[in-house]
Amino acid sequence: MTSRSRSGKRRRGESVNSLLANETLRAIALFVASLALFLIFWEVGANMKWFAKGMPTASKTLEELWWWVTHPFFDNGPNDLGIGWNLLISLRRVAIGYTAASLIAVPLGVLIGISPVAYKAFNPYVQLLKPISPLAWLPLGLYIFRDSEQTGVFIILISSMWPTLVNTAFGVANVSPEYLDVTKTLGASRFRTIFKVIIPAALPNIVSGLRISMGIAWLVIVAAEMLLGTGLGYFIWNEWNNLYIPNILVAIFIIGIVGLLLDSIFASFERFVSFGRKS
Amino acid sequence: MMDVTAVNGTMPKPGYLESAQLSIRNVTKVFPGKKGLFNRITRQTSRDFLAIEDINLDIEPNTFVTIIGPSGCGKSTLLNMVAGLSFPTSGDLILNNQPITGPGPDRGMVFQTYALMPWMTVEDNIRFAVETVYPRMSLQQQRRIVKEHIQLVGLSGAEKKHPHELSGGMRQRVGIARALAIDPQILLMDEPFGALDALTRGFLQDEVERIWEQKRKTVIMITHSIDEALLLSDRIVMMTRGPAARIDEVLDVPFGRPRQREVIEQLPAYHELKAEMERHLFRETRAVEEARVLAK
Repeated sequence: MTSRSRSGKRRRGESVNSLLANETLRAIALFVASLALFLIFWEVGANMKWFAKGMPTASKTLEELWWWVTHPFFDNGPNDLGIGWNLLISLRRVAIGYTAASLIAVPLGVLIGISPVAYKAFNPYVQLLKPISPLAWLPLGLYIFRDSEQTGVFIILISSMWPTLVNTAFGVANVSPEYLDVTKTLGASRFRTIFKVIIPAALPNIVSGLRISMGIAWLVIVAAEMLLGTGLGYFIWNEWNNLYIPNILVAIFIIGIVGLLLDSIFASFERFVSFGRKS
Repeated sequence: MMDVTAVNGTMPKPGYLESAQLSIRNVTKVFPGKKGLFNRITRQTSRDFLAIEDINLDIEPNTFVTIIGPSGCGKSTLLNMVAGLSFPTSGDLILNNQPITGPGPDRGMVFQTYALMPWMTVEDNIRFAVETVYPRMSLQQQRRIVKEHIQLVGLSGAEKKHPHELSGGMRQRVGIARALAIDPQILLMDEPFGALDALTRGFLQDEVERIWEQKRKTVIMITHSIDEALLLSDRIVMMTRGPAARIDEVLDVPFGRPRQREVIEQLPAYHELKAEMERHLFRETRAVEEARVLAK
């Protein structure tokens, strides 16, 4: 009886400010408020010359952003290309390099993960190659391919391969022994065990590896393109040469948004393959 | 070592019955320690572990046999050897006059933690087993077998659900359906209700009793529960504590079938058997605990 009346009281209290009671709504409110505060600070600060000389105001930057977003596809030569084209060029390079990396890393990861000996034997290579900065490959790529396009793809491939490879091998090596006992007691063939049990069981790990790899590919392409002549990275480099800061900020924002979208695609894919398991 | 057949009062021939479906003869299992050169260099050596020693047991067709004993006594080790997932260090396991050389679909296994594939629906989990064991069977017949077994364990309506959407009890029903769907000769159950709460456990025990009356397959079940053993089994194998666990005694459970919990609990024999098992289990468990205290 007491508990019922107490919960009734709480419910009435909630309805008074029910908008602020919801956690999501509170988070949205805080987000909007902090964004507004940041923009005001930026606007005022730029007008009062608090920052570096020539720093654009928030309104000027947003105006540029609006212009670039509403005029994405124009082509006045390589140094005056719509941001939509540049974005598509970057995405194309990432798509090719990343797909190639995944097509190598997933099967290789499965092979390495299945055999404990291979897992131990090849681990040093992976651990050695994984921490190398993508840009360190750039001169090597340019020397080997003598072509900026191919070099860009090569750098994406070589730097986005490792998380997928490591995660796939880990997932395959750590498939619950119970699942394997089930397939053994049923007398399943090796082939059937791998394709029907081991790979589906490792899929959450494989997908989270693919997600990390995608993040890396998107990080790397912008850096690599500064030296390659087209794409979003080159757009920033070009605006730096023009010393036009608003456009650099516009490009940074667009790179962030696209990265966010790519990541959330993989996040939903992760949820799709988890089936109640935490990954 | 106590002679099993002598306990049964049948044949004096040591540890061997002609009518047995499964014979476990002088089985010993030693888990080898790490003592190779590499281990000695890295100073990570360990001693051999004698899990079970000289086990003899004959199991006749269509009997429900329960193995009970203190934890760590090698019950699961013995069951895994019958399943063919591990092998005895010495001795023989003989199924239908053929030595067991590995796992096979003539033995269906029910796991304590269900071991259902999370990415497969209830239906797919069972179909995976049927497809694996009978790859040449027509799809129609596979579907029929799957449906039949889903009905048998009372899961009709949950066919399209994934394991994470089911309760523990329902998951184990799927585990039992999967093991039975391949039509094994022997059903092996490794503490099948160990992860369930008491009420679900009792409910599922009644279900297993009902299913057993329909199928009458040979069952070997591991359990910690005295009441569970008395409700379900024809014979109860009591093991001593490990290491070097042996069979202490084999009890015959004389109650008629089908059994009902409320009915058999009224019988005087029930209480005598229960008291005897409790004495055994308490003695062994106390010894295990004392050994642990001394080890520390």
